[in-house]
Amino acid sequence: MAIYKLQVNGKTLQADVEADTPLLWVLRDHLGLVGTKYGCGIAQCGACTVHVNGSATRSCVYPVSAVGTSQVITIEGLSEKGDHPLQKAWDEIDVAQCGYCQAGQIMTAAALLKQNPKPSMDEIEVTMNGNICRCGAYHRIREAVKLASTKI
Amino acid sequence: MKSTTTNSRRDFLKMSAITGGGLVLGFNWFSAEASAPVVFSSVIAGDINFNSYLSIATDGAITIMSPNPELGQNIITSFPMVVAEELEADWKMVKIVQANLDNKFDRQLTGGSGAVPHSWKLLRNAGATAKFMLIEAAAKKWAVPASECIAANSFVNHSRSGKKLGFGELAEAASKIPVPATVKLKDRKDFKLIGKSSVRNVENLKIVTGKPLFGLDFYRDGMVFAMIQRPEQFGMKLKSFDGSIAKSMPGIIDVVSFKNNVAVVGKSTWQVLKARKMLKIEYEKEFALESTEDHDKLFLNLMDNGQATVRRKDGDVDAAFKNAAKVIKGEYQCPFISHSPMEPMNFFAHVRPDGVELVGPTQTPGRARAEISKLLNIPEDKITVQITRLGGGFGRRLYNDFALEAAELSSIIKAPVKLIWTKEDDMTAGTYRPAVRYRFEAALDASGNLTGYKLRGVGINSGNPTREHNFPSGSVENLLIDSVEHKSPITTGAWRAPITNFLAFAEQAFIDEVAQAAGKDPVQFRLDLLAKAKKSPVGDIRYDISRMEGVIKMVAEKSGWGKKKDVSQGFSVYFSHASYVAQVADVVMRAGLPVVKKIYAVSDCGQVVSLNGASHQVMGGIVDGLGHAMYSKLSFRDGAADQNNYNTYRLIRMKEVPEIETHFVDNGIDPTGLGEPALPPTGGAVANAIFKATGKRVRNQPFIEEDVFKTIS
Repeated sequence: MAIYKLQVNGKTLQADVEADTPLLWVLRDHLGLVGTKYGCGIAQCGACTVHVNGSATRSCVYPVSAVGTSQVITIEGLSEKGDHPLQKAWDEIDVAQCGYCQAGQIMTAAALLKQNPKPSMDEIEVTMNGNICRCGAYHRIREAVKLASTKI
Repeated sequence: MKSTTTNSRRDFLKMSAITGGGLVLGFNWFSAEASAPVVFSSVIAGDINFNSYLSIATDGAITIMSPNPELGQNIITSFPMVVAEELEADWKMVKIVQANLDNKFDRQLTGGSGAVPHSWKLLRNAGATAKFMLIEAAAKKWAVPASECIAANSFVNHSRSGKKLGFGELAEAASKIPVPATVKLKDRKDFKLIGKSSVRNVENLKIVTGKPLFGLDFYRDGMVFAMIQRPEQFGMKLKSFDGSIAKSMPGIIDVVSFKNNVAVVGKSTWQVLKARKMLKIEYEKEFALESTEDHDKLFLNLMDNGQATVRRKDGDVDAAFKNAAKVIKGEYQCPFISHSPMEPMNFFAHVRPDGVELVGPTQTPGRARAEISKLLNIPEDKITVQITRLGGGFGRRLYNDFALEAAELSSIIKAPVKLIWTKEDDMTAGTYRPAVRYRFEAALDASGNLTGYKLRGVGINSGNPTREHNFPSGSVENLLIDSVEHKSPITTGAWRAPITNFLAFAEQAFIDEVAQAAGKDPVQFRLDLLAKAKKSPVGDIRYDISRMEGVIKMVAEKSGWGKKKDVSQGFSVYFSHASYVAQVADVVMRAGLPVVKKIYAVSDCGQVVSLNGASHQVMGGIVDGLGHAMYSKLSFRDGAADQNNYNTYRLIRMKEVPEIETHFVDNGIDPTGLGEPALPPTGGAVANAIFKATGKRVRNQPFIEEDVFKTIS
């Protein structure tokens, strides 16, 4: 056990955990940030996606000891008022069915739009293909990313 | 309109004054006595318990409780829409709250695509009754006839005088109006919300900002975390275990055993997960350890030699086949599949000396309470269930094994506990869609008419794997449908569109084979059969022939059936959960392999509540049906599943979904199911299009393992 000071959503937060604890469980069990979801635990589904220094990262396989001074952004910190263009597009297109995977979908898309604000449909598909939506809301996810890209 | 006040009947409609002045219109959403509204007067709800109540506060805020578990079917949005429509409420001022388990509700569950059909009239009556009382209150105040007053947008208006009062201003006076025995419902042409696309999921903002909504998001001070190691092989039982190493690991509080389970209890999820790997457990064989290889042999053997249960028999099948000009046979087989919702199973339980608190994602909270009451010998009235949002269900959360585990564990360790399943636990611990094999046989006369039809289903823990009264039953004079079941230690359960999720594919592919053998167009062949069923029905017909014809004709028109040169089209239609869905799949060849380019779907589910939500359900159902038909399977070796997570168990991803075009038949019939009916036809439409494109039939799921996806032609 060791104390880790983490930069999360612009704040310094600390947790007393073992070095190999995945960032996912530090966020959820220790920091009360439950928007980041546990889906598969093996980086296959993307439900746990957060940004580490701006890059979309699977927090379920990312040990807390690797975070260091990196800036971590979770769905709770993507925007102050839930009004990031992706969050607004997700509402406008009415993307969610069960909604469980959507935070991870949005964080994956947010990292894409930061690097490539005007992605083609193909580029959107290539990036979003790593995130599973068990309800099959893929059409609206794709449409919402495209819509958000017109608002950035 | 007749108005009555009585308190002698059941409390369909309760009414009480809120402290501070407001109207609480309570109604039992699911009362069997929907036509008997009753005043329940003189309850002063000082401490407002909103369960089962529609309330209107003096500031005009309207709160509607949503009793059913929400798992993505959009019930938390569509139920209140129906109430608000009849109430003439300003949707922007409606607040919706997920109800906990409460005896005031009936059918507080999610399953069978049944919620809207069950509650449609009750919800409308509830809204219309409140509107009636608000109008009466305004009319009384203004001393004008109620017939001159109109409710709209959370106001009552009197057009002649130009007077206008908000629902909030009228709430208190409305609470003193006698409750009408019957109310007039709106004409559907006047619907402002129902059947439109204007309303979005009421929980969108919470979902996109990561608010704690789901069972796994529930945390409580002082709660402990637990995982259970279950036998990895079906057929094994626990013999002994050594939890000493696990127990010595950081953060671990206890290792305990009950039934076939060894539970590790600790202070955090990760510590528990790590410690569980250090358990030393011995199992012993209790039942046969079955493998997929055994099942494949069983299917063939039971198909010919099994003791079959007759499900339906019309006419003289033997004679029909003896006299046939042509006999067509086709066999189809599907594997076990897992529900694998995104949110793994989990439940919170706190068994205290004075009662039990349960929190978590279940499709059947009432059943969870009843089963836990029996398990722990604690009366149901001492057990509370808080319903969280469900991160998918697909039938898996109809079963409460995980809730029972949490409760039993809490009773042993005497602590509040959140039991967490990993994805691997989810995928390997059973309750699968059963593996099934079907054999179809058809007899044609010299003119290509279907004179005989046989179906035998052989399933592993499948119950009856047929739907003997579905089409084509009723259109064939000589018909025999029977089934054989093998009982296995591998556990099965309802999986979205139970049985029909595979049966529809097999049947619709086989009917395509028969149409081809008869030299007829597959769409016309079905229409001919339906026309025959209409003219001279055979036996019991439980589907509506005209509604089925309707979706068939409409999808043929929308998809340009028979007119497209650049794609190969496949057709399918299925009746389930009282709804009708016809689909056409467009397949093209790319690099020698068939690719599904587009799927057209026409659904007749009666009146659509939210067009936006309904279209989403149909698209999701098609993606689900296509994905599992194409890619998913669970195979077994010595009772253990070969696949245990998304790396080996394949789900459909974004790049694999075709374009989907949805249409609804706008007939104004009271709503029938929609959460499931769009799924069953998809596999058949795709398989038939693949045949058209390649000349080869896919007969087994997953399709991806069939030759047509391996061979470069």
